[in-house]
Amino acid sequence: MITRRDFILNAAKGIAGLALPLTALEILSPDQLLAARGDSSKVRWAFLVDTFKCVGCGFCVKACKLENGVPLDANVTRTWVERYVLAKDGRVFADTPKGALYGFTTGKIDLGLGKFQDIKKEDIEKAFFVPKLCNHCENPPCVQVCPVGATYQTPDGVVLVDRTWCIGCGYCIMACPYGVRFFHPVYKVADKCTFCYHRITKGLKTACVQACPFGARMIGNIRDPNDPVSRIIRTERVGVLKDEYGTRPQVYYRGITREVI
Amino acid sequence: MYVHGEEWTIKELFVTPNEYIYWSIQIVMYPFMTGLVAGAFVLSSLYHVFGIKQLKEIARFALVFSLALLPVAMMPLQLHLQQPQRGIEVFLTPHFTSAIAAFGIVFSTYGAIVASEIWFVYRKYIVETALALENKREKSFEEKIRSVLYNILTLGSYDISEKALHQDERAVKILAGIGIPVACFLHGYAGFIFGSVKANALWMTPLMPVIFIMSAVVSGIALCMLTYIVVMEIRKILAARRKTTYGTYQSTEEIKGIEINVIRMTAKYLLFFLIFAISLELLDLIFRGYTAVKTWDILRSIIYGKDFLDIFVFQYGIGNLVPFILFLMPGLTIRRTAVGVLLVLFGVFMMRWNVVIGGQSFSLTFAGFMHYHLPIIPTNFETFKEGLMGAIVVIITPFVLFWILNKIFPVFGIEESH
Repeated sequence: MITRRDFILNAAKGIAGLALPLTALEILSPDQLLAARGDSSKVRWAFLVDTFKCVGCGFCVKACKLENGVPLDANVTRTWVERYVLAKDGRVFADTPKGALYGFTTGKIDLGLGKFQDIKKEDIEKAFFVPKLCNHCENPPCVQVCPVGATYQTPDGVVLVDRTWCIGCGYCIMACPYGVRFFHPVYKVADKCTFCYHRITKGLKTACVQACPFGARMIGNIRDPNDPVSRIIRTERVGVLKDEYGTRPQVYYRGITREVI
Repeated sequence: MYVHGEEWTIKELFVTPNEYIYWSIQIVMYPFMTGLVAGAFVLSSLYHVFGIKQLKEIARFALVFSLALLPVAMMPLQLHLQQPQRGIEVFLTPHFTSAIAAFGIVFSTYGAIVASEIWFVYRKYIVETALALENKREKSFEEKIRSVLYNILTLGSYDISEKALHQDERAVKILAGIGIPVACFLHGYAGFIFGSVKANALWMTPLMPVIFIMSAVVSGIALCMLTYIVVMEIRKILAARRKTTYGTYQSTEEIKGIEINVIRMTAKYLLFFLIFAISLELLDLIFRGYTAVKTWDILRSIIYGKDFLDIFVFQYGIGNLVPFILFLMPGLTIRRTAVGVLLVLFGVFMMRWNVVIGGQSFSLTFAGFMHYHLPIIPTNFETFKEGLMGAIVVIITPFVLFWILNKIFPVFGIEESH
């Protein structure tokens, strides 16, 4: 006969067992075991932006939205272009009207709240454009903070979001130092640049790379020594954005200055 | 087509396209409500663990109130999710590198502790009520339901001998003892959720969890005092109107005497925690200004510029300094206390507001600002749940729950089971 004491003890054990999530047991997959012996992936996608070549036409923004089903009129975007204007008196102006979806149609700087700043040509020291997109960090804070593991890193280094699993808490959006994440207006889940994973894994270029008329954007495999992107990153002087956050971003820039943030 | 956050965000100067106030009023409510839970529990534990006798009257009250507040701590989180039907996944498939993933574990542990502590505190009452109803011959429908309910609540244990009650007392003490660190963890961890976001210059500080705990205790005590005063005033009115003793064999004068004693004692603890909270917040502010790292320029323009009114006038001035003076002035009255605790609650709410909304009011470019416009009249479900209406729903719920819980576990007028 089962005594009350035994019953309570067994019930407590049962509840404790049920409460223990399977993830806590850490069952290693063969992939993880392989990774533990050193990163064996032959592919690590990286992006190169040549700011000297960018003219701010915004073709990349439009191509990205069309390719990836982000509504054109929605005020969010997976990639955008920023304009920096440095005046001779030391002032720095920057803007990105609608993410440069329609390019930069006026020389006036958009200050928000419907205000614009006109800068005379002779007052400009230098001006340039900087395209932005997800940095597909080696140490992505968005993946770290996702409470359900809906955002993850593929073995070839791309950070993706599982639309069927995201709960829409917005913690990843808060954690990203680059502001590349947003809530998709249709699917109501976190969304961001995927490096066009559906294209690059089939040997195609990303939509933005293909749309850029000036070759300002390139994607390549950083593990392949003969890859043009890999070669430029190794042999030329390139920079990354906000490396002080320890995210190890994988979008490299030619020709950025300290004003670019 | 509106994207999430666009309806209440106004951008100024250089802000990147995807930046909006994504965490709105409900995320202000979340630490505020969790803080109240933790604070109410700590207050009840002061009596149960440290045996501070003067707090006996408010301890049981605070404990039941803490249980009423508990589900409400989760409500704002659920209301702000874009996919609320998947919210349960945080419990089922937690991803443990995330600070939010621990929520399920911490929250249920804490819930279990509060619930079992209440059970032990009320066990004698539950058993007595169950037996009394059981032995009654003619039972009304309501009494039948109550009988079943209290019989279930006994969990099969009808032993209320002196020895058993003594054991209950020990169990309460142990549970309250474990409960204090868990309550602090529950809330400190809410602070960690913000403090660990390295991308946010205002949030990222290791002091955040401690600041959150201190202000949590302050707000919890304040709310308990306020509710206590309101309940006591109602009882006074009832006692006077019926001209007879009401329920607990107390006259208006007796109630008044107990009330002021409890309030004066609790006010001392409130002040103590308030001093801690303010010191830590000021330390954080001074440290940021003194070290003046890269982000200080934008933070300074937020703290001393855009949010000056919210931070220095509403939070520190009206919410901290004024009640501080009110409590310190000699001859504390009930009315002065009521004003004081209301201001303290307002101050803590403003602190949450200034952290959550303030932290999102500047751009990642450090060269632009975002302004939050709280939706007051909802135009769709989104502006309802993430607007004033949603916040009001969250504020009202604990009082409704407390009213229901009070029917089952009467807070006043029963003998302590120990």
